Amino acid sequence: MSIVLYDYPGPRARRRNAILTVVFGLALVGLLWWIYRKFDEKGQLAGILWKPFTESATWTDFILPGLRQTLLAAATGMVLSLAFGLVFSAGRLSEHWWVRVPSGVVVEFFRAVPLLLMIFFIFYGVPFLTHRPMPAFWSVVIGLTLYNGSVLAEAFRAGIRAVPIGQSEAAYAIGLRKNQLMRYILIPQAARSMLPVIVSQLVVLLKDTALGYIVALPELLQQGVNVLSANKGNVVAAAIVVAAIYILINSTLTWFAGWLDRWTQRRGLRPGRVAGAPRPGPAAVLEPQG
Amino acid sequence: MRITRLVAVAAATVLALGVAACGGDGNDGGGGQGGATGVVGKAQSQKKLKIGVKADQPGLGLQTGSTYEGFDIEIAKIIAKGLGVDPASIEFVTTVSANREPFIQQGTVDLVVATYTINDERKQKVSFAGPYFVAGQDLLVPVNSDITGPESLDGKKVCSVSGSTPAKRIQTEHPKAHLQQFDAYSKCVTALAGGQVDAVTTDDIILAGYASQPQYAGKFKVVGKPFSTEPYGIGLKKDDKSGCEKINEILKASAGDGSYKAAWDNTLGKSGTPAPTLDASKLTNCG
Amino acid sequence: MSVFRDSDNLHAYLTGFLWILRLTGVSAVIALVIGVLLAAMRVSPIPVLRWFGAGWVNVFRNTPLTLIIFFCYFALYATLGVTLSDDLNLNNYWLGVVGLSAYTAAFVCEAIRSGVNTVPAGQAEAARAIGLTFAQTLRIVVLPQAGRAVIAPLGSILIALCKNSTIVGTIGLLESSNQMKQLINDNGNAVIAIFIVFAGTFAAVLVPTGYLFGWLANRLAVKR
Repeated sequence: MSIVLYDYPGPRARRRNAILTVVFGLALVGLLWWIYRKFDEKGQLAGILWKPFTESATWTDFILPGLRQTLLAAATGMVLSLAFGLVFSAGRLSEHWWVRVPSGVVVEFFRAVPLLLMIFFIFYGVPFLTHRPMPAFWSVVIGLTLYNGSVLAEAFRAGIRAVPIGQSEAAYAIGLRKNQLMRYILIPQAARSMLPVIVSQLVVLLKDTALGYIVALPELLQQGVNVLSANKGNVVAAAIVVAAIYILINSTLTWFAGWLDRWTQRRGLRPGRVAGAPRPGPAAVLEPQG
Repeated sequence: MRITRLVAVAAATVLALGVAACGGDGNDGGGGQGGATGVVGKAQSQKKLKIGVKADQPGLGLQTGSTYEGFDIEIAKIIAKGLGVDPASIEFVTTVSANREPFIQQGTVDLVVATYTINDERKQKVSFAGPYFVAGQDLLVPVNSDITGPESLDGKKVCSVSGSTPAKRIQTEHPKAHLQQFDAYSKCVTALAGGQVDAVTTDDIILAGYASQPQYAGKFKVVGKPFSTEPYGIGLKKDDKSGCEKINEILKASAGDGSYKAAWDNTLGKSGTPAPTLDASKLTNCG
Repeated sequence: MSVFRDSDNLHAYLTGFLWILRLTGVSAVIALVIGVLLAAMRVSPIPVLRWFGAGWVNVFRNTPLTLIIFFCYFALYATLGVTLSDDLNLNNYWLGVVGLSAYTAAFVCEAIRSGVNTVPAGQAEAARAIGLTFAQTLRIVVLPQAGRAVIAPLGSILIALCKNSTIVGTIGLLESSNQMKQLINDNGNAVIAIFIVFAGTFAAVLVPTGYLFGWLANRLAVKR
């Protein structure tokens, strides 16, 4: 589509493009140079701040344990979110109003409350009721589950409704009941197109584990930046390294989600467009929480 | 029938969540409640203790890789030994200022030795043994700063940890100072090094720990005029009288047999400051 | 609820929400503008602009917002010296706005780009056929239609922005999450009540907003 937006460049356009490229390129290089100079002035490029990252102890004692906690929290959160999402999307699609309405209320509520507040409340509020300690890990995971589960519930609902209605009509015509319709016809077709959405939500989960700072969960951000810099005094350097790690992991996951998208399309596993049906809309779930 | 299946899935999920949440804290049975027998009983029966400490305060409680080091850690080890627990069986739990009381109240830890100031507000939620050290709130400033004390803070930017006692004191007693709050002191000290704030405030001993780190050598000084008294105590479950009295006994003994002095010399004493003396007469009466 | 009878607590609650609203409002506008620019950059004929746009989106979509706000203070303000106000709170507020806008703009860009893909190719071809330049094509033909197609995703991005503004509390701004933290630490017995009030306010604002955007999306959808 993008190639359609402008004509194939002729000589004048090519010259204009070249000039713009040079101007913008120079501006970018100038900006990067200025940033480098400023970092240098403030001593942020001093060797003593960056040397800890060449020592394996830094990695094995701070960064890798933190990364492990992050990945563990994200994986646990993802599994539980899937369960939560399945249950509540089925609830919202139910024909019985006494199932549909409470499910709807729950999903809407947890999508509207900031994750930070939820994690903090679970950590302090639940023990207040049960008089038993609530570990930071589970506060974060339960908060993540409630939020991401609600997002996934909405995504599943959208996915099931995106299956062409002819499928449901045919199923009813041959006498299938609602339950069988869901199990044999709708969910299998919807599930494969939901795979990319699930993987992108995993990216969101990974980023949201960083919110564990409010309950001092020893995940990557806390360990790699706060505790490491308390030892070595290199707050900015540590943050840059930790950011690079996050970007690396999340880019890989995003790329994987895109690959999954293309794979399901290639394999023909996605419901195709029936003639006359509306063109599929833009990406369904873009929930940049955290 | 279809509803039953849905209900079954939902119930299974909820049950799994509940079991995971309750079992995931790794609690060791009745010892976690700690009510009747207190920390003394728990130490004797289980031969292990969970002690809450700080992880980001050099010299006092710092997580260096897989171990914790600092004056508070050494005191914790002395107390554990006195209660009959091998220091190697101590499980150190990182705490931050805000969750020390909840951790004790909920049994996440048995004791807290984390630069824990004794004050009346906290005494309503937990009990204190000690004090084992008396610090004072002070200011960390650049070596050539003209700040001489809290009265010269008006209009200046002061940094502290959000929700901590030093932060609250600045808010109430020196409202004309601009308070910048972070979630960790290391960020405050970085901001001080970069000139974004003019002073960092917390207990003088914590400030000294940061100032003596190699990367900040020669850049900062502690003003040296403490404007409060911060007696550090050992936090334990409220109304655990036997535990409180036993710990006070252990502290008294450590002052006598040199282990207190050794704890200081091996950690904060390395900067040259001589060990303080533990004033046994000031120990709380555990009433 | 008696916790909020105390006027100090009520004041804390209201100040917190005021900061959230200010952060959300200003960041939303700036993020929208930057997002449209980024989307234009990503579909433009100039490779450097395309790389810049792609780089921005990849960095900001894959980094936790907590780290981005952190960088706003320690890299932008502390190291690069970008001071946005002399008052401490306002400076933190503007740094938060910068971080939130940059982060949200990446998502706005992606949403608009996917919206551009829903506009039938025939529209752009017709625009070229009548001689419109790239900028004119975007401005007059493509973006208006793309915009109307992505109102629902933009709505969910806006809602997420409102919730994300609580993260600016990491650099000390006393917005809702910090206020709630302080209230709970001081009034441990009223944890449930405090949370219900704070969460309820967010829900009361954001749930209707979600429905509003859903209705708007239906109203403004391009009927083809």
